[in-house]
Amino acid sequence: MTLLREGDVRIPAGCAISGIMDRSGARHDGTDVLKSISLMHDRGNGLGGGFAAYGIYPDYKDLFAFHMLYETKDARLMAEAYLDEWFLIEKQEKIPTDYVRTIQNPPHIWRYFMVPHPIKLAESELDEAEYTMQRVFYINSHIDGAFVASSGKNMGAFKGVGYPEEIGEFYRIQDYKAWLWTAHNRFPTNTPGWWGGAHPFTLLNWSIVHNGEISSYDANRRYVEQFGYNCDLQTDTEVITYLFDLLIRRHGLSAETAAHIMTAPSWEDIDRMEPGLAAYESALRTVYSSALINGPFSVILGSEEGLLALNDRLKLRALMVAEKGDMVYLASEQAAIEIICPDAENMRSVEGGVPFVVQLNEVAERKREEAGVNTPVVEVPGAGITEVGATRTYQRGV
Amino acid sequence: MLDYTLPRYKVVRDEELCIQCGVCERQCANEVHDVDTELGKCFEDHKACVNCQRCVIMCPTGALSITDWPQVDNGTNNWNLEAQQEIAKQSQTGSVRLGSMGNPKPYPIYFDQLLLNASQVTNPSIDPLREPMETRVFLGSRPTVIKVNEKTKTVETKMPPQLKLDVPVMFSAMSFGSISLNAQKSLAIAARELGTYFNTGEGGLHRDLEQFGDNCITQVASGRFGVDPHYLNAGSCIEIKIGQGAKPGIGGHLPGAKINAEVSRTRMIPEGTDAISPAPHHDIYSIEDLRQLIFSLKEATRYSKPIAVKIAAVHNVAAIASGCARAGADIIVVDGFRGGTGAAPIRTRDNVGIPLELALAAIDQRLRDEGIRSTVSVVAAGSIRHAADVVKAIALGADATYVASAAIIAFGCHQCQACSSGKCNWGIATQRPDLTKRLNPEIGAERVINLITAWNHEIQEIMGGMGINSIDSLRGNRLMLRGIGLREKELEILGVQHAGE
Repeated sequence: MTLLREGDVRIPAGCAISGIMDRSGARHDGTDVLKSISLMHDRGNGLGGGFAAYGIYPDYKDLFAFHMLYETKDARLMAEAYLDEWFLIEKQEKIPTDYVRTIQNPPHIWRYFMVPHPIKLAESELDEAEYTMQRVFYINSHIDGAFVASSGKNMGAFKGVGYPEEIGEFYRIQDYKAWLWTAHNRFPTNTPGWWGGAHPFTLLNWSIVHNGEISSYDANRRYVEQFGYNCDLQTDTEVITYLFDLLIRRHGLSAETAAHIMTAPSWEDIDRMEPGLAAYESALRTVYSSALINGPFSVILGSEEGLLALNDRLKLRALMVAEKGDMVYLASEQAAIEIICPDAENMRSVEGGVPFVVQLNEVAERKREEAGVNTPVVEVPGAGITEVGATRTYQRGV
Repeated sequence: MLDYTLPRYKVVRDEELCIQCGVCERQCANEVHDVDTELGKCFEDHKACVNCQRCVIMCPTGALSITDWPQVDNGTNNWNLEAQQEIAKQSQTGSVRLGSMGNPKPYPIYFDQLLLNASQVTNPSIDPLREPMETRVFLGSRPTVIKVNEKTKTVETKMPPQLKLDVPVMFSAMSFGSISLNAQKSLAIAARELGTYFNTGEGGLHRDLEQFGDNCITQVASGRFGVDPHYLNAGSCIEIKIGQGAKPGIGGHLPGAKINAEVSRTRMIPEGTDAISPAPHHDIYSIEDLRQLIFSLKEATRYSKPIAVKIAAVHNVAAIASGCARAGADIIVVDGFRGGTGAAPIRTRDNVGIPLELALAAIDQRLRDEGIRSTVSVVAAGSIRHAADVVKAIALGADATYVASAAIIAFGCHQCQACSSGKCNWGIATQRPDLTKRLNPEIGAERVINLITAWNHEIQEIMGGMGINSIDSLRGNRLMLRGIGLREKELEILGVQHAGE
């Protein structure tokens, strides 16, 4: 019997995660993050490892950088024809890799730096991000054997089947310099090796590394699917990414508020708040009740602004944080921080349900000046959202 | 004309235990029992027995039980005894057969073919005794996107009015007239105690119950009984009743005999006259007319109360529900074909409408396909029997549930399906003072409070097992369900996988 992949079946997984960020924006190579995640070798089982890195393509920082995984040459040709139709490609190349003995049958791995085709973009009446997101969804669900590993700007995901130390060596991540690194070591409970299923999961500039299994999965999935997100992989990480994208990019909320919505305070706590604050919290919980995430999880969300770490409300998964100057370190285990920064300060665990936000200094500066009111992209349900390639059958209307 | 009808039940009296105390005779409004102390003998009019079991429960020596009438039919599966008896009755009376409660026929009960999930290893189950386990639900419409000031933590979007339920169960519509004031009062007390709502049904709000307005949903049905501005503003929500699961497509008829002074006053109709609810609302012949009524009611209450629209589960229910949402309904109530009633034509009750589970799943999916599920609340009604049904209904996509039969069973109802006779021995579906006084509102409320409290514990226990600590994460979470013994098409409509998948 052949095992079904993510997307064909839902696969729960345990994991380890790490994150390193320099708030000053100074870039560091992948040596430290590799060391940190490798220490937590036993939290994975060799069926998935990966890294996300921000600030790695300064020469192409205004272009969408697509990291693509192809199982066959045909898949590549089809995907390239599709990309060619929808984007103007500035540069395309194979992502350099090294031979690693334990890594068997890697896919063809390419990257593309490009901008949306200006006429098609105008015709679509979408903004650049929405336009690009829909192209990503199309490739992942319609081009067999092709998978978009990442699709943001000046960032990229490097992931595959293997332990993270092997994946890091394979992708030569020590050759890249980033101001934010996140890493993932995966322990799926029942999956064949599939490169697309490894983490980080990404969409546009978002990347997520996640440890846990969310019991609210289907409630969250069916919520975001209303807004055109196709949860093809059926993974927790995927749906969490889409929730962040919906709340932050489309609804204009801050990452912190988005995370707060996902781990909302209990009604018991809200009942004890003063009326104004209780009204605010009640409104958020009521409007976004289906965005509440339940079950054990720890995640690190990376974006062009910085990172956000979040634990479930009951704190059922470990996640430690420490600082040293402008550096911030996160890891599932304390030892995985200490091995790269023995004199790290403020070592503590991320509290359950309390978003831990780290912004680039320049971003934090800018945010202080901004008004606190969100400006949603989408005001009307369904507006600006068209599902790509899906067919629906409607019953007779009234 | 010779009477061809047979008794349905046979009263069995254990002569050795019977002390001829006469309790059975006094308790039975159907006059089944006759205790002749002179002869020292008891007689039973078996034909009059409806199997309400009042005498069985009240008999101090346990001498009574009820069995089926021991007549066999001719062995055909087609012209069985029941079918022949129906013909006998109609050929003698020429009338529409009336019955009560929901569809009793052996159609599939999908709730019983759905199994629930629990956590093992990869995800810890949660102990409701240790951790908060949230069953609070809000009902009402809401925007897709909210505007807030994150710095001052204030809301910029005006939030529509919401109903706050501490338990995901409300008491569905049973009008004063169809049930006694004591029964309604019991539900009102229970609703207040439990932090949920009772529903007036279409019979107006008795002045004694106005004090329960914060826990009351006032209904506006096609008869518009008892509806005036005071009534509309007396409760917390207004429900427009378009249809009822037990009798989709037809109206109601409360016989004049039940319209006593109090009912007359509450319904605002003359005493002793029949209360006829037309099949349609005569100001709603289309979806756009519904919109007008919804907004008339919103205007009349200054947009301070959510407006619910209750529809029966019929074939095209998903599209109809979507239409209701787009017409401005804040809450959609779907009532399945097992939902109860005080009186319905038996042919309609037994043959019209579809199961709640399929209707609910179809509505939830349709609203999601249209991207509007999160803007409106969905309430499932129509034979929610226990906590597991509540959990399954919510996992299929409901925000909350409505119960009525379960609540009156707690009062003492034994589902004899003879509500329309007005001779309810349990004091529920009657207006006869000697019978209604049998239901003490304080005790009735206590039973229902106990019942729903027990259910809520069970819901929390099941949610904890799933690794879920808020009912928000259960809503529409169909991965928590698996079908058992269901066909491909049924699984597809329910949106669930088969057990073992």
